[in-house]
Amino acid sequence: MTTPDRPAEQPFLEIKDLSVAFPTEDGLVRAVEGVSLSIERGRTLAIVGESGSGKSVTAQAIMGLIDRKVAKVTGEIWLDGQELIGLPANELQALRGGKVAMIFQDPMSSLHPFYRVGDQITEAINAHRSMRAKAARAIALEMLRRVGIPAADRRIDDYPHQLSGGMRQRVMIAMALINAPELLIADEPTTALDVTVQAQILELIASLQGEFGITVIMITHDLGIVADVADDVAVMYGGRIVEVASTGVLYAQPEMPYTLGLLSSIPRMDRELSARLEPIPGNPPSPIQLPPGCVFQPRCTYSDRVAGGTCLNVRPDLLETAPGHLVRCHLPAEERRQISQGVLNVLAGGS
Amino acid sequence: MAAYVVRRVVMMVGLLFVLTVAVFFLFTLLPGDPARLTCGKACSPQIIEANRHRLGYDQPILTQYEEFLSGLVVGRTYSADSPDPIVCNAPCLGYSFTRHEQVLTLITAAAPTTFWLATGAFIMWISAGISLGIFAALNHGRWPDRLVMGISLVGYSLPSFFIGLVLIFFVILKLNWLPFPAYVSPFDNPFQFLQTMILPWIVLAVLNTAFYMRLTRNQVLETFNEDFVRTARAKGLPERTVVIKHALRAGLTPLVTAAGMDLAALLGGAIITESIFSLPGLGALAVSSVLESDLPLITGITLVTSAIIIVANLVVDLLYAVIDPRVRLA
Repeated sequence: MTTPDRPAEQPFLEIKDLSVAFPTEDGLVRAVEGVSLSIERGRTLAIVGESGSGKSVTAQAIMGLIDRKVAKVTGEIWLDGQELIGLPANELQALRGGKVAMIFQDPMSSLHPFYRVGDQITEAINAHRSMRAKAARAIALEMLRRVGIPAADRRIDDYPHQLSGGMRQRVMIAMALINAPELLIADEPTTALDVTVQAQILELIASLQGEFGITVIMITHDLGIVADVADDVAVMYGGRIVEVASTGVLYAQPEMPYTLGLLSSIPRMDRELSARLEPIPGNPPSPIQLPPGCVFQPRCTYSDRVAGGTCLNVRPDLLETAPGHLVRCHLPAEERRQISQGVLNVLAGGS
Repeated sequence: MAAYVVRRVVMMVGLLFVLTVAVFFLFTLLPGDPARLTCGKACSPQIIEANRHRLGYDQPILTQYEEFLSGLVVGRTYSADSPDPIVCNAPCLGYSFTRHEQVLTLITAAAPTTFWLATGAFIMWISAGISLGIFAALNHGRWPDRLVMGISLVGYSLPSFFIGLVLIFFVILKLNWLPFPAYVSPFDNPFQFLQTMILPWIVLAVLNTAFYMRLTRNQVLETFNEDFVRTARAKGLPERTVVIKHALRAGLTPLVTAAGMDLAALLGGAIITESIFSLPGLGALAVSSVLESDLPLITGITLVTSAIIIVANLVVDLLYAVIDPRVRLA
């Protein structure tokens, strides 16, 4: 696959310095700023962050779903050697639902209430290849069986409101996978579902990923599910990436205080009952008026350990602290690791 | 679905019965003596009493209601014991002693005018309102949107009697573009029919167009933000399909209810517009029946126009169930 213009070491998806800004009456909303990421083919990257951290906007930028009349998108998104930003609308449209597919948070509102689920899936087939109605229906039925819908031959003629939440999300997954995408973006695919169903859906995504060799971007606010599904994790805060590491490293040696905060706020079965959940103090920053220094500084417990008010006034860069482990923090690496181990010891202390 | 239809039809019949009770007692218990009103100039207590008996107002009110109700079903005969009884065929809505005519005959004579007035205006405002509303929504926030919304605001604030009088003054009196309105049936003289109806249609359509532009625009804008529209885009559908099949189909469905009920209300007569353009429709008939204190006619018109609303309500609900699959199970 090595061609002169596309060196073999180029990752399957590479985002360089992506920024998305929405001009509003209240000012410029900088939803995403300077995001750089890369994913190798067949792997799973989790993007973690709370509401408003820019994770969904990043996903929509990859899908080309951001209305360029409304928002300013800059940077580069390279998918398999093709630059997506600035691509003509019809080429983006051909990619959407074809090479790149997406599933969304709320499967009830994401399916059209007026059309049968089978018809919604065959519509996705026909958007990318021409096929007789009968053949398309057969493919849709096969895919519904594959995503584990019982009595799929009857369910195919149901309307979305006749299905449970979990079943609807399976339909969404079937619809996303129907054209054999190479990249699947799952935007909080389990948030609206019951906990028992969540595990089933995550398992389904993982098994289909193995079967089809799909690259997956899993967007979530729930660090609890990341450990099971992701190879790598990118933590986003205030429109920026604040830490990137492989999943094992992120859980064992997190360095950014925000990541620490997220880890401390996950309820865990192996923790003693007396151990309280530690919420992160304060609220996420307004994307219109970001703090001039580190965007996490107003909520950071450790910013006073950096001399001279650097955290308050200087934007930290995302720097490599170990191979493949990037952190955006002014604290010296040594001190970060100390803090991190201290917090993790307290968390593990109960057991 | 069948059970739903049956249930709704039974409910409708019940409602119509309640309606006859309400309308009949409301108007019969009003102050004013119908026997005296039909008495004429040379009036004596004996004539009033004779009239009262002839009209049936000397009966107890429940008997009167019973006769009214049975008249609806099998017809009735007024003053059967006199030498010249008045026969009112079923369904008898009553007999206008002021006009010496069965109420139903008067209503059926006036209904076509109102029907053409209402449907013509309806077609005008639905096509103009919905297309301009969609146009505004597709250009949301830019000048075409602001222009359409500005026009809507103006149309919204002009009272129909004002528009009507201005149109008559300029188009008919000053510019002589149209002859003065004189209603004819479209089957007798289609050209004169159009000449007569075009201005009343415009008057009725202006206000509703303004309303439907706004409604359509807001509905469509709202659906553009729906998750399923985003899904349609994420599937890689062409923007045309996304807009028409996914966004508009869902966004315009609620308009069915509003449109159906507005049309039904108009079918009961457009009082102001009919009066301004001297159209002999239900609205004009209702006005004159009130001015003449013609009790049977008032009762009949009220009953018919209310029944139109009730039936339209059922039709709209059934139509909605056909369009929106979620309603069927309800």
